[in-house]
Formats: sequence, structure tokens, C-alpha cells
Amino acid sequence: MDTPAAQLRPSHANALGLTFALGAATPFLLLLLIGIAFPLFGGGYWGLIATRACVYWVLVSGLNLVVGFAGQIAIGWVALLTLGAYATSVLAAGNVTPALPPFLALAIAAFIGGVFGVIIGLPALRLRTFYFAITTLGFATIVTQVALAWQSVTGGGVGVPGPIFPAPLSSQWGFYYLCFAFAALCTWMTANVGSSRFGRALTAIRDAEVAAEACGIAKPALLTMVFVFSGALAAVAGGLFASLQSYITPDAFTLDLSVLFFIAILIGGRGSILGPLLGTILLTVLPEFAAPLVAWSTFLYAVLLLVIVLAIPGGIAEMLDFKNRRPLETHRAIVPRPELLERLLGAIPDVGALTLEQVALSFGGVKAIDGLDLEIRRGQVHGLIGPNGSGKTTTLNVISGYYAQQHGAVRLNGVPLPLLARHRRAHLRIARTFQTPRIVGSASVLQNVMIGGTIDGSGTFVESLLSLPRHRRDESKLNDAAMLALAVVGLERLAAVCADRLQHSELRFTEIARALMLRPAYLLLDEPAAGLSAEEIERLGALLLAVARAGTGVLVVEHHPDLIFDICHRVTVLNLGKILAAGSPAEIRSHREVVNAYLGG
Amino acid sequence: MVQSIVSTGVAIGCIYALIGIAYNVMFSASRVFSFTAGTLGMLGGVLGSLFIAVMGLPVALGFILALAAGAVFGVVTEIVAVRPVLRSLDQHLYVLSTLALALIVQQFTAIEWGTDARPFPRLFDIARGAFDQQFWLPMLACAVVIIGLELLYRRTLIGHAFLAIAEDSYAARALGLPERRLRILSFALAGAIGALAGFAGGEMLLAFFGNAPLLTFYGFIPVALGGMGSQRGAVVAGLLLGLFQQAANFLVGGIFASVAVFSVFIIVLLARPEGLAGAGLQRRV
Repeated sequence: MDTPAAQLRPSHANALGLTFALGAATPFLLLLLIGIAFPLFGGGYWGLIATRACVYWVLVSGLNLVVGFAGQIAIGWVALLTLGAYATSVLAAGNVTPALPPFLALAIAAFIGGVFGVIIGLPALRLRTFYFAITTLGFATIVTQVALAWQSVTGGGVGVPGPIFPAPLSSQWGFYYLCFAFAALCTWMTANVGSSRFGRALTAIRDAEVAAEACGIAKPALLTMVFVFSGALAAVAGGLFASLQSYITPDAFTLDLSVLFFIAILIGGRGSILGPLLGTILLTVLPEFAAPLVAWSTFLYAVLLLVIVLAIPGGIAEMLDFKNRRPLETHRAIVPRPELLERLLGAIPDVGALTLEQVALSFGGVKAIDGLDLEIRRGQVHGLIGPNGSGKTTTLNVISGYYAQQHGAVRLNGVPLPLLARHRRAHLRIARTFQTPRIVGSASVLQNVMIGGTIDGSGTFVESLLSLPRHRRDESKLNDAAMLALAVVGLERLAAVCADRLQHSELRFTEIARALMLRPAYLLLDEPAAGLSAEEIERLGALLLAVARAGTGVLVVEHHPDLIFDICHRVTVLNLGKILAAGSPAEIRSHREVVNAYLGG
Repeated sequence: MVQSIVSTGVAIGCIYALIGIAYNVMFSASRVFSFTAGTLGMLGGVLGSLFIAVMGLPVALGFILALAAGAVFGVVTEIVAVRPVLRSLDQHLYVLSTLALALIVQQFTAIEWGTDARPFPRLFDIARGAFDQQFWLPMLACAVVIIGLELLYRRTLIGHAFLAIAEDSYAARALGLPERRLRILSFALAGAIGALAGFAGGEMLLAFFGNAPLLTFYGFIPVALGGMGSQRGAVVAGLLLGLFQQAANFLVGGIFASVAVFSVFIIVLLARPEGLAGAGLQRRV
């Protein structure tokens, strides 16, 4: 029993991880060297272009977390650049306060940017995508109009001078190095967040929001942090931009800039750091080679945006991802190793029984469930069967908080579960899987499984930004646990593979691994055997039994009678939202009404 | 002053309502909100001015050509920016593809037509004043469109087919309705309506490329507040928006009026994301 477990991780997997990390860092180190050495071979004008690329990247890196990772289509982010530029300039020029030193002005602008980042961003929590896109667009127009109108502070159409940083940062190369340092810092910080549990949670919100909630990810808290950070970076970029321009007027901040930022991210690829970085450099440099076309630049950007969206929605990052183009073996068997469960789950605490009392829920005139009593016990597999529309999945959705029951209560150890608080379920160690697997297709299988353990990290967002010890400890703990969970379900060989290359059955087992990351006291599975081969169903059954033996209460909604009768300790048959029969598998199998109505005799 | 607020407010409200209707017609057929809605309005104004004032065509011909151009642009939108991304509706790529198309047309107009607002020709040589044509033309256009759409949806077979697609496109396809052709037709219709908005409001808004983003934004407010897909909601909310905006214009001045409109819009939307008369959320799991 010890041998497979011992083989599993430490030595060679760690070494692999290290080479992978080095390989991933190479392009960044290369860019760092080029950036440091740039003044040696770049002329004065190119120095200006390079500085501009750095300033843009400070904004784009933050926006990348919003757009590329969290998938929030924030089109008007230029508003925050404007805000930062004016805040820094006005404070440094002393239009309203005594003139402040430029760095203090920049810091205050960052603070203002963070606040407004949240104000612009938070509608994303309530509104649909297009609505959110258009509110950010509206915000961008408003900010420019206010800048134009508020003459006593912003100088109106005449503008204000940008801040001048103290020597030696006031020289061209001095200022370049200042911007470059900011850019490098932003790259490092966003890369840290991107590869942390926060970054994975953001991609989960983007691609599989329902699963993110089930894993205990609280979207409001997470997005708020990201909007603060991204808003602050945009404002800092604005302050630097103002200094670079040396004089700012409202026309400097057109929507074209926003479009440019957006394209840089899309061209680079969602959920990547390197891609958008290259995209930013490319878009800053490109117009210099096409000088006669300057008037057409926005037109060309728009054409580029259309082409990217239609032709390569994955962006540069996907094009550069050679690793994931290597063919996978064709005949892959999933061989779970339930014997490793004990190491993964440890001792599952006794949280009491999960009970449903007289739960009822109707949609319009249809009674989906109608006075349902159910008790799910720890250490047992409970089967929930019934014809289509009998209320099985609805029951699951009530337990996990996607629907609020109209009558009755769902209790854990006698305490009612809060209605509709989906992400709270994970904290109570209630995990679930879905009828159609909800997976982040662009992330690796390992990362997908790590999402399941998001709530077990102890480091904060800021600790992840700065890669402090607690963040690194969290990451290595989550990584180990996820590898173990993959070994348990028999997918460890696919850990590094992009999840959208997996077969359907493998996705099902990936979801189970993700759910096991919670060390669940209760595990709810929605048709886990659908689409599996007979052999895989048998292995699934053995795995679920082992999970129950480890102390977890398992609730399985299923259509395959064989699986249900093989593994369940108790079975409940639903029909039209009511219990038709309940008892041991043997009792159900011989229950006359069940046989007539459902099993067929 | 009150009279001026009301006549300008109602007229501009009608233009917003028409753009909102264009949004809705496209949305009903495809479940897609398109950033090109305001571009259509801008095109109506610019093309009307181009055909009638610059090229000297008769008013009726210029009008028909402008609407036809709007319809063609609607069809182009469907083919270029909507159909290719319909398969992956949940990735919201349509937001970007329609934005890109809107920007392409807007920039092209800026370069070829110029970045200055140019006058829109007077269409009828009759008296000015509070009942000037720049006020009643948008109202007339709005009334015609609403009555026309109502007749189309209630009385004609093709209108019923539109409704069926809007209600449940899968079921409609299963019943053998030519969903794709109906979608193209809807986009053509929306294109003509959007262009009509810009044409009818030409004297007030002028022939100006910068109207595109403004109309995209202000035309969406009636949709968001009136509830998506609801024509009546769009008209009521559009009129309210026009009146509110003009009143704010007089009371606090143009620029802070847009701040006021934006704030009210955000607050109402946050309080009621489904709009003032909209339906609730769909099942997700």
C-alpha cells in the first residue's frame, strides 16, 4: 500500500515542476535583460516608445486580471487611466492642495484609482455581460466630459502639465527606468496572482461559475480585490502617462486607447501573462512601422480585434503552447486507486447528519419536489433514482443552494442551511459534481482539481501578489493534495494536460477529484455514470464505496440501476416530486410499484 | 422653457427609443446585443446628409437609400459579427465582434466623411417653431415603427415566426422554421429602424461620426430599463430618458446632465438588473 503512494510525488514530480517553472520564466527573464540593456542600443525616439510600452503594460497587466482571468468585459478601463493622470497631475501641480511631491501624488492617485476601480467594476456582480460592458463604456465618456467641464481643477480643454519626477528620474532614461521598474514589478505581481489559488478562482468564475460557487469561491470578495488592484495599477499608469506626455488634455484619453488595451489582452490570450505582455509591446511598436497609416490606426485596431475574435480566440498564448499539441495516447484507461483515499481525506470530522424535512419547491404550476423527507448518513452511499422530471436534480440543487425551497428545511446536524448561499456549502464540507462537467477548459487538469481546494488556502491576496511564504506554502500544499486526488481517481498521468483535450469520462473523474479536494463530509453526485463504459462504471462504483468507507456521506443521482443496486446502502425512488419508495436495494428491487413504474418488469 | 424641454425631450426620447427597438429586434432573433445599434443611427444621419445635401438626390430617394444602406449594414453585422460567434454564446465573444465592427464603420466614417459635425438638410419647407419638423419627424418615425412592428408581429405569418424564434429558437427550428433566414431578416429590419432613427433625428443630432457611441449608450438605456425584448418598455423608458436628459440639461448644464443620466441609469440597473418591467433569471444548473 505504501509503495504507490511513495512513488507518487516528491522526487521526480518536484524536479519536473522546477524545470517547468524555469522554462516558463525564460521569456520573462529575456525581456527583463532586453529592457535593462535597452538604452545601449535604442535611440532617443525608441526610448520614448519603450517607455510608452512600459506605461501601457502597467495598466494592461492589471486589466488582464479583470478581462483575461476573470472574463469581465470591461471596455472603458481608459477612464481609470484618465483619472490617475489627472489626479497625479493636479495634486503635483497644486491646483487644489499645496503642490505635493510627485511620488506622493502618484500614491494618492493609486488609492483613488483603487476606489474607482471598485465603483466601475462592481456592477459586474449584478449585471449581465453586455450591460456591464456598456456601463464601463458610459463611465469612460463621463470621465472625459467631467475633465473637460471642471475647468478650475483640470484646466478644461487647455489641460494641465504632467508631474515631473525628481532627478535622476527626470531625464529620458531615468524616467524610462522608473517606468520599466513599475512594469517589471507588475509582471511579477500579476504572474504571482495568476498562478495562485486566486488566479485559478478567477478563471473558474470566467469559465465555470457554477462550479466556482460549489468550490466555495465567493465572487464578490474576489472580484472586489481584483478591481481595487487593477484600478490602482491603471491610475499609476495614468500618472506615469501624464509625466510622459508632459501635458495632458481630455482628448489624450479617447476610447481608442481602451480598445488598444483590450486588443493587447485578447491578442495575447485569456488567462496568460506573457501573451498580453507581448501583445502590448507589439501594439505599441506597430504604428511606428506604419507611419503613413497613422490616421487609420484605430480602424486597423478594430479590424485586428474582429480577426482575433473570429479566427484565433485563444490568442498568442495558445499559438505558443506547443506542449499541448503533442498527441495524447489514444487508449487511456482510468484506473482509480481508492487505497490512497485515506491519505487524501484524512479523518473526516463528524458534522452530523444531512436531512431534508418536508422540502417542497414548485416552478410556476409544476411541483418539482413536493414534501420530500430524506436523511443522508455519513459513511453510506444513498441512491436517488426515478424517471426524468421526478425531481432528483432539483433535490440536489436545493441541498447545494442553487434553488431555495419554498417549504421545509435542509439541515446539517439540525442547523438549517442558509437559503441560496451556494459558496457557504463548501465551507460546511458539502461538495458536488454536475450533470454536464463544469471545467475550466483552458487550464490543466491539475489546476482544475486545485480549484477544488481554494478555500483551504490561508494566505491573503496581497501575500499572493508578493509571493510571501504563506502563499508558497499554500501552493505546494494544494499542488500535493491535487496530485493525490488525481491519483485517487486514476488521472495523475494527465495532470499537465489541458482539460479541454480530455474525454468525457475523464472529465467526470476530474470533477470527482475536484470535489474530493474539499475533504467532503457529504458528496453529492449528479449522474456520475452518464457516458461511462461498463468497466468505468464498475470502477466508479468501487471508488464511491471507498469514499463512503472513509466516512463521507455520498448521495448519488443516477439512471443506471446496476450501479445503484451494487453500491448503495439505501435507495430512495422519486416520482413526480414525491417519494415512491425508500429502503435497502433488495427492498426496492422487489417493490412492485417501482418495478412497474420505473425499472420495467 | 418648459415647452422647449418637452418638445426636445420627447423628440430625442423617440430617437433613443428607436435605437432601443433596433437593439431589441436584433436581440429577439439572436440573443445577442450588438454594439452596432448606435452606428446604425449615425449612418442614417451621415448617409441622409450625403445623399440629399451632398449628392443632391431627391428627399424620398435619399430616404429610401439611407434606410436600405442601414438594412444592408444590419445583414453584414449578422454575417460578419454575429453568426460566427453564435455557437459559443456563453463566451460572450459577440460583445467584442460587434464592438469591432462598430468601430470599423465609425472610424471609416471619421476618415471619409470627416470628424466635424456637418448639417443635415431640411426635408420639408414649412414653418419653424415649437412644432418644427426636427421635433415631429422623430415622433412620427417612432409612431410608424411601433404601429408597423405591432401589425407585423400580430397580423402576419412572418411576424409570428419572428415571435416564435424569440420565444424559443430550438423549438422553432424543430418546427421547421428557417431560423437563419429569419435572423437575417430581423437584422435587416433592425438596420432600417436604426437608420430611420438617425435620419429622422438628423437635424437635431447632425451628421456626425461621434453620434455612434453616444447613441449606442443612450439607446441601450431604454432597453436595459424597459426590459430586454420589450418594445413598449423601450418606448416608455426612451421618452422618460429624453425628458430627464433635457430637464437636466436646462437645470445643471449639458455635461453634468450626462453625469446625472449615467448615475440614474446605474442606480436603477443595480436595484433592478432585469429592468423596470423585465423577467427574472433563467435556470443555470
